[in-house]
Amino acid sequence: MNVAAKAAAPSAAKDAQVVLSIRNIESFYGPIMAIRGVSLEVREGQIVTVLGANGAGKTTLMKTISGVMDPEKGQIVYQGQNIAGANPDKVVRAGVVHVPEGREVFPLLTVEENLKMGAFTRSDTDGIRRDHDMVFSYFPILAERRNQAAGTLSGGQQQMLAIGRGLMAKPKLMLLDEPSLGLSPLLVKEIFQIIRRLNREQGVTMMLVEQNAKVALEVADYGYVMELGRIVMADAAERLLQSKDVQEFYLGMQTEESQRGQKRWKQKKTWR
Amino acid sequence: MDVLQLIVSGLANGCVYGLVAMGFVLIYKATEAVNFAQGDFMMLGAFICLGLTNPQFMGLPFWISVPIAIAAMGAFGYALDLVVLRRMFGQSQVAVIILTIALGFVLRFAAGLIWGHEPISLQTPMAGKYVRFGGLVLGLNELIIILVTVALTVILYFYFNRTKLGVAMQASSQNQLAAYYMGIPVKRIHSLIWALAGMVAAVAGILFASKGSIDPSIGLLGIKAFAAAVIGGFGSLPGALLGGLIVGLLEPFASRYIAAGYSQIMPYLLLFLILVFRPHGILAQVHQKKV
Repeated sequence: MNVAAKAAAPSAAKDAQVVLSIRNIESFYGPIMAIRGVSLEVREGQIVTVLGANGAGKTTLMKTISGVMDPEKGQIVYQGQNIAGANPDKVVRAGVVHVPEGREVFPLLTVEENLKMGAFTRSDTDGIRRDHDMVFSYFPILAERRNQAAGTLSGGQQQMLAIGRGLMAKPKLMLLDEPSLGLSPLLVKEIFQIIRRLNREQGVTMMLVEQNAKVALEVADYGYVMELGRIVMADAAERLLQSKDVQEFYLGMQTEESQRGQKRWKQKKTWR
Repeated sequence: MDVLQLIVSGLANGCVYGLVAMGFVLIYKATEAVNFAQGDFMMLGAFICLGLTNPQFMGLPFWISVPIAIAAMGAFGYALDLVVLRRMFGQSQVAVIILTIALGFVLRFAAGLIWGHEPISLQTPMAGKYVRFGGLVLGLNELIIILVTVALTVILYFYFNRTKLGVAMQASSQNQLAAYYMGIPVKRIHSLIWALAGMVAAVAGILFASKGSIDPSIGLLGIKAFAAAVIGGFGSLPGALLGGLIVGLLEPFASRYIAAGYSQIMPYLLLFLILVFRPHGILAQVHQKKV
């Protein structure tokens, strides 16, 4: 990997404008507080990833941004405008599109109709046609299967369709929730390459929620780590990749001097 | 020859059942609730048209009162969802079902208060006119019922497959959450579906009233239409129409060839058999979600 280029990119992005700024968000599932005062920033042109284990509140955070859930407290400022508690259609019109976890395509509609629904909030026929061709150029398999019902596609193709459908809404900021879920390592690689290309070539700012920390940090510029509804770490992606804690808890690496490794080693010794 | 006549009158009845069944399916697909007042929607649509047309009430020309009645039922469906059902969003489906059963009773008695409980007949220009094909004598109203149903089916087909709003209705019934994510206003779509169900019911009611006299209890025909929807495959619009036609055709033949007491069981016997041997109905839309 070209180290100089990778180091240069985030510093350039640092001067970029803040597109999304979240301040002290609190969200509830009934009586359970799923997000406990989260603040974060996404800058224009960046890929920002939010890492964390199951139940850390990553998906809830995404749903709160896209307006499917309303926050109890706090502000979500997108391009200078507070969108906390706005309806999803207003958020989509503003240019924030959520690609949900687990694909969630419309199973009985064709690929073509699914894409058409992605552009539901738009009425610029020419722009829609251009984006439609753009989606097919990134995902040629979708063009091949354009008249097939989306429910009959494979998992990877459905994920591509979900991303393509999201692109049809002409997002400035795309919220990607677990795009690697349930896909083979090869497909994960392919999808993330496309995500990177979309970010570079189409200028779509991405906010990426992942459990697969390694893949996410490799494409991301900046990363946040969530635990039990709070942000516990925030740093440039390559620094997070180097961080001991992230390596141990999210990348599954074990170094000799790590806390966990040492304890286990000691335990083994006493057993002997 | 009289077999052909039986077929035509059976088809005409079946079209009415099919249209009411389509109303059931529309609402079921979109909201996963069953509107047991669908038959009473049909009755109300018929009575609104009758109230506008008949000389003892308002005495408007038939061709003016038909679109007014259809529009009024559309507005009724939309308002019902907007004012009542949207507040029940998130409650269990059973609550909605019980509400629609109660609504059916309310509509029946309200119609009785306004238009009386005695049978009245809608005065249509088609009444008592016949068409002759060779030796075959067919009621003009029956032919019109079949033609209107065919036309409405074609319109609905194009609406759901070719227009943006129609596809969005399909989309939000297939995956409501994803529809929210794409910025489709799901709640407004629900209201529009109720409006559509009201309009289809009004058409069914006017067609039904063109065949004979009506009274506020004709809404109970909804039960037969419900059976038709299940036979055809609950959740499929073509299935609903097919189920309606099957039940409609079954009736005149059963009453002709089977003793009177037993013939009326036939639609329900068929329903029973279908549920045992093909529980999803004839034209079922079953799909499995891939993980």
